[in-house]
Amino acid sequence: MSKTRRDFLKLAGACACTVAASQLVGANAQAADAGHGGHAPAVAQPANQHDNALHGTHWGMVIDTKRFTDPLLVQKCMDACHLTHNVPKIDGPQELKWIWAASYLETFTEHNHYLPESVEQRSFMLLCNHCENPPCVRVCPTKATFKRAWDGIVQMDMHRCIGCRFCMAACPYGARSFNFNNPRPYLDETKMNPDYPTRMRGVVEKCTFCVERLAQGLMPACVEASDGAILFGDLDDPHSSVRKALASKFTVRRKVSLGTEPSVYYII
Amino acid sequence: MYNAKYIMPGLVIFLGLITFPLWFNVLSCTRYEAPKLALPADQQECIIDTKVMRAEHMTLLNDWRDKYVRDGEVTFTAANGKLYDMSLMNTCMSCHTNKEQFCDACHTKNSVYPYCWECHIAPRGNQ
Amino acid sequence: MLEKALKGSPLYWFWLFFLACVAGVGSMAYLYQLNFGLGVTGMSRDVSWGFYIAQFTYLVGVAASAVMLVLPTYLHHYKAFKKMIILGEFMAIAAVSMCLLFIIVDLGQPQRAMNVILHPTPGSILFWDMIVLNGYLFINLLVGWVTLQAERNEVAPPKWIKFFIYLSIFWAFSIHTVTAFLYAGLPGRHYWLTAIMAARFLASAFCSGPAILLLLAFLLKRLVNFDPGKEAIKSLAKIITYAMALNVFFFLLEVFTAFYSDIPGHKAPIVYLFSGTDGFAQWTPFMWLAAILAFVSLALLIPAKLRDNHELLPWTLLFLVLATWIDKGIGLLVGGFTPNMFETVTEYIPSIPELAIVLAIYAMGAMILTVLWKIALGVKQEVGHF
Repeated sequence: MSKTRRDFLKLAGACACTVAASQLVGANAQAADAGHGGHAPAVAQPANQHDNALHGTHWGMVIDTKRFTDPLLVQKCMDACHLTHNVPKIDGPQELKWIWAASYLETFTEHNHYLPESVEQRSFMLLCNHCENPPCVRVCPTKATFKRAWDGIVQMDMHRCIGCRFCMAACPYGARSFNFNNPRPYLDETKMNPDYPTRMRGVVEKCTFCVERLAQGLMPACVEASDGAILFGDLDDPHSSVRKALASKFTVRRKVSLGTEPSVYYII
Repeated sequence: MYNAKYIMPGLVIFLGLITFPLWFNVLSCTRYEAPKLALPADQQECIIDTKVMRAEHMTLLNDWRDKYVRDGEVTFTAANGKLYDMSLMNTCMSCHTNKEQFCDACHTKNSVYPYCWECHIAPRGNQ
Repeated sequence: MLEKALKGSPLYWFWLFFLACVAGVGSMAYLYQLNFGLGVTGMSRDVSWGFYIAQFTYLVGVAASAVMLVLPTYLHHYKAFKKMIILGEFMAIAAVSMCLLFIIVDLGQPQRAMNVILHPTPGSILFWDMIVLNGYLFINLLVGWVTLQAERNEVAPPKWIKFFIYLSIFWAFSIHTVTAFLYAGLPGRHYWLTAIMAARFLASAFCSGPAILLLLAFLLKRLVNFDPGKEAIKSLAKIITYAMALNVFFFLLEVFTAFYSDIPGHKAPIVYLFSGTDGFAQWTPFMWLAAILAFVSLALLIPAKLRDNHELLPWTLLFLVLATWIDKGIGLLVGGFTPNMFETVTEYIPSIPELAIVLAIYAMGAMILTVLWKIALGVKQEVGHF
């Protein structure tokens, strides 16, 4: 199914290329690169970008779980994200988190017995999978959560969310958090990032693959903090770091049988 | 008219009450005085003409918000060709560093309470 | 006809006053929730829907059940329900009103609720639920009011209303089907991911709704001596029996599928609900109570002798309502969210403000029902129909 859809998109993209080639010339060099790799973008990249912005047509992540044996690295990645995005620290079941660590058994709910101890003791970084076929987007009644057509990122519009939490019921990865309370009192004012908003009570939030950093030419915060243990790049580009890693290492994704097509891969 | 002796005075009282703010202001001769705003000392021009901004800033902010969040656009080109980031916190408030005497001064006076600041962080150097 | 609601016995006024007090207390709790956020409820990151959405789901069923009176009357020209059909339609109005209120109190940003209309998203089932619920409310208001007016004027209802009556039959099925689709279309929620979810919803609706209606009819008989008629009670009890049998049967189908296939994900919620997981077993007694009450009610419904015994029937119905309410008004939600996406358990305990808000909405629904039924019975009394 997903093959045929992708083929259709490719065809549509190719048609768009021939018909409106002149319009696409303005698109950035990276998108053209991706087209060279056989994945012509179906949608043109948005206008009004900084020159140094990072462009991709399907952002993805490869997490080298072998590197996550050090709890300090886990904490470093979490802090990088949560401090950048002003994610409040709330203890208990009403917590909020964009990226966090879990055990193998919690991460991969279909698992084998007699695993090597090293795997069982590893930490697995969990975050939004930015699915190709995201159920959260499908169920949202206001398009407050949506998939960016040009780069595949599943983004949230906090201004529009009505807080119905349908997306939380729909996400099979538990990647979404709800602001049960006003998050401000739970933030350390001295450590708040003054360049990024907080959220208000009553809206859902989650990892955004750092869209605001990509637009400024920066890698996502967790990637930057991970000392190379997390790779980030364009899955449509065969020369990207993520594709090279996928081609050379054995990787798995979470709950593939559900057909959501996660964009986050784990090197085991 | 059916029950006119109750309805007519009732209507008069109702209309009187609902228009109270109008005639109260006329009678008491209160005049609206535009609040004095703290303007950035080191800047000569805004991204758009001040007059337009005064009337349309909310439309512009809504437009920016949709463009930035939903359409992935990042920069705004002013009439003079200068590039700005579409950002309330990082563009607007980097010049208008005094929220109390800029945003709030007018909004409070006009009983407008936008909820921008429930999420967006007011500038730090707020003196 | 509204003036009929303004004249009543002291008991009527005391009852309304009592309901207003309950609604008032709950409204204070809601103001508290509005100010502090849904953090005042027992919901969590893992159990992100709770009592509100559960009550909403149960009451959609109650609303849909009016069709069990309308369908035989208008499609099969069955006369016996004529006298109480208006009670069913008005109960649907009260139930849908409560549904809408439960949705509103569950929203994190209720002041943005109109976004569902401002940014319509036909791909979202919630969008369609908004449409079918409001549509059903409108249709029942229209049909109820027009037919009652005709009864008062002792004329046949206008011909054009027939269209809306037939529409209401299809619409009743749609509201509960769409509500079932809210749950049945979510990947990874094994307890909900079942093709017979809509069928289960309809079966449980068509037993619990008429059961509540019949219980209230028994109450009316005591209070104001309104008798829907032996024949009507007999037929409705029969409908309840078949629907409850189907309801239990459908649940057993789920149990078979989960346990014979032996797929862990499908078994996990049922195991959690009926015997607990990792030491968490908070809802186990409730679920067993529901199971026992369901079988007891069936045992008392299936033999015609017991079913037609009007001393026993109210108790049977009470058992049935309790069983279906536990199953759908809490078990369904908790089972969908537990175990969570990481196969661990976070238990859900509704908070006091949450329960106060639930009670308040039930009180508001009861107020709507009381006033509407007062009007309907007032009209019936006026024209000498009881």
